[in-house]
Amino acid sequence: MNPGQLALAETPALRPGFAIGAAHSRQPPGDLAIWVFILAELLAFGVFFISYAVTRLHNVALFDAMQLTLDRNAGALNTVLLIAGSWCVARAVAAIKADRRAAAADFLLGAIACGGGFLVVKLFEYSAKFEAGINLATNTFYMFYLSLTFFHFMHVILGMVILLAVWLKARHGAYSAAEHHGMETGASYWHMVDLVWLVLFPLVYVMR
Amino acid sequence: MQYKSQAVARLYFIAAIGLFVAQILFGLIMGLQYVVGDFLFPAIPFNVARMVHTNALIVWLLMGFMGAAYYMVPEESETELFSPKLAVLMFWVFLAAAALTVLGYLLVPYAGLAKMTGNDLLPTMGREFLEQPLPTKVGIVVVALVFLFNITMTVLKGKKTAISLVLLLGLWGLALFFLFSFYNPDNVVKDKFYWWWVVHLWVEGVWELILGAILAFVLIKVTGVDREVIEKWLYVIVTLTLITGIIGTGHHYYWIGTPEYWQWWGSIFSALEPIPFFAMTLFAFNMVNRRRREHPNKAATLWALGTGVMSFLGAGVWGFLHTLAPVNFYTHGTQITAAHGHMAFYGAYVMVVLTMISYAMPILRGRAANPGKAQVAEMWAFWLMTVSIVFITLFLTAAGILQIWLQRVAATPMSFMDAQDQVALFYWMREWAGVVFLTGLVVYITSFFVKGETAKA
Repeated sequence: MNPGQLALAETPALRPGFAIGAAHSRQPPGDLAIWVFILAELLAFGVFFISYAVTRLHNVALFDAMQLTLDRNAGALNTVLLIAGSWCVARAVAAIKADRRAAAADFLLGAIACGGGFLVVKLFEYSAKFEAGINLATNTFYMFYLSLTFFHFMHVILGMVILLAVWLKARHGAYSAAEHHGMETGASYWHMVDLVWLVLFPLVYVMR
Repeated sequence: MQYKSQAVARLYFIAAIGLFVAQILFGLIMGLQYVVGDFLFPAIPFNVARMVHTNALIVWLLMGFMGAAYYMVPEESETELFSPKLAVLMFWVFLAAAALTVLGYLLVPYAGLAKMTGNDLLPTMGREFLEQPLPTKVGIVVVALVFLFNITMTVLKGKKTAISLVLLLGLWGLALFFLFSFYNPDNVVKDKFYWWWVVHLWVEGVWELILGAILAFVLIKVTGVDREVIEKWLYVIVTLTLITGIIGTGHHYYWIGTPEYWQWWGSIFSALEPIPFFAMTLFAFNMVNRRRREHPNKAATLWALGTGVMSFLGAGVWGFLHTLAPVNFYTHGTQITAAHGHMAFYGAYVMVVLTMISYAMPILRGRAANPGKAQVAEMWAFWLMTVSIVFITLFLTAAGILQIWLQRVAATPMSFMDAQDQVALFYWMREWAGVVFLTGLVVYITSFFVKGETAKA
């Protein structure tokens, strides 16, 4: 009865390259419930981004000056880490579709490591800011910077927890070329975490 | 009913309806006092009527939740209640505490009541909705703990379903957050800050989990849709509720002396609070459309659908109306809040308890559903009460807009009392809508006594 699971029947066993999205299927990959959740998350971030943009319009000088105090290199490194993580997740799904179960688990572990790397870099960035005495009340720019990045930070942790659960199941052989609904569900969530950062990074760190 | 011990729910449901009547009567009294200031003065002053109106509401909803839990948990866990005797005992303790508290409010001046009940030992009284004397508050904690013990032990010894786990999470959260009613710091900012941990985190947090669980339970029963599908929806709704509701507490922190970032956090997260309610509406209608059986209890299905629609309108839409900080700057503490409060409480919590009563009461009385005539009466009650609450909400919204204009926006703003005189027409219309509501409630109670042919449960 679950519409998300209807897609299973038409999933081909093997597809080459990056053709992750089920080309013949009208259903999104993974469970329908995670997509309701993903859309709600994107809406929340979207509202946050629009609030940032509108507020910036009224405080261009402040936002431009404050943006220069951010650690852009750390942000760029984190972008690379998250994209690498998403690549790993995509490879994991491709691997399980080819029934290469061990490889799929390894790729998931790689994605979790990328997420961990992101958290470490971010913590260094935060500690530098906190040492400089910056907090939510410093100014509007830093209120947004801290709120947005922390909200995203929590999502990276949640994404890692989901990937960890998928990895544990994968190691116990729960997924195969025929049954990898759960892995696609976890992968979809992780891509959302990555996607949000791909908007957040240029918006807050780079665009002037 | 499948399990004998479910019968304890009946006591709770009857008492809940009794307190519902008291709540509405006192609502009408204070509604009239808005326009006829000295009505029943000095016997029942406005502040006392208001206390009884709001506290009776909270207590009867709690009674309803407890009755719902005692009915649902044995059936979900597929086992008898851990201790039906304890459940009956706690019912009488709770009812006695509620009755004594209301008598205290009515017969003793509030300051005297505070002195009599040891408020100087641990000052907790005098705050909106948490007016109960110390012994009542302690009593609520005892009743809640014994109730939770009873329910939790039942779940532990039986089957664990998503519905009973979400229900337990909600009920434990309810008890946990109530403990903040004992924390009453001298600092007014801190006082208000934690006061909302009871008030907001109840109605926009853990109560929503209870609501979701009750609705899911009744929908499984009346539609026969797969449990798997209903549980998945429940998980999505619960997650959305917690994310938006917990940080959404910030919409109460705009003007109480907390840092400015709460205006952003509160606005953004509470603006998303309608989403879980909208999901609940979709959920209810979807499940009923995909039904696999025609349950003879049409009234219960109507209440379940009504809960979906009215909670979205009352809590979702009317909440959103004044949740953004720049809007709330003008609307704070006006009749807009009262409009939202009425439709949200009715649409979400009153209706979900009545949904449960509508489904369970006939079964507790040994039949699958009430006779057709009784159901028709109940559906009349549904429409009378629901339509009149819509009008109460609209009249209060009109009063609120006019009040805001006269008192806060106009070039020469009026004082509070002068503005109140100007909106009196809307208060009169609200009072008449309230009379219709009472009529609906009388029809509702009558429906329990309408006789006719019934099928065995």
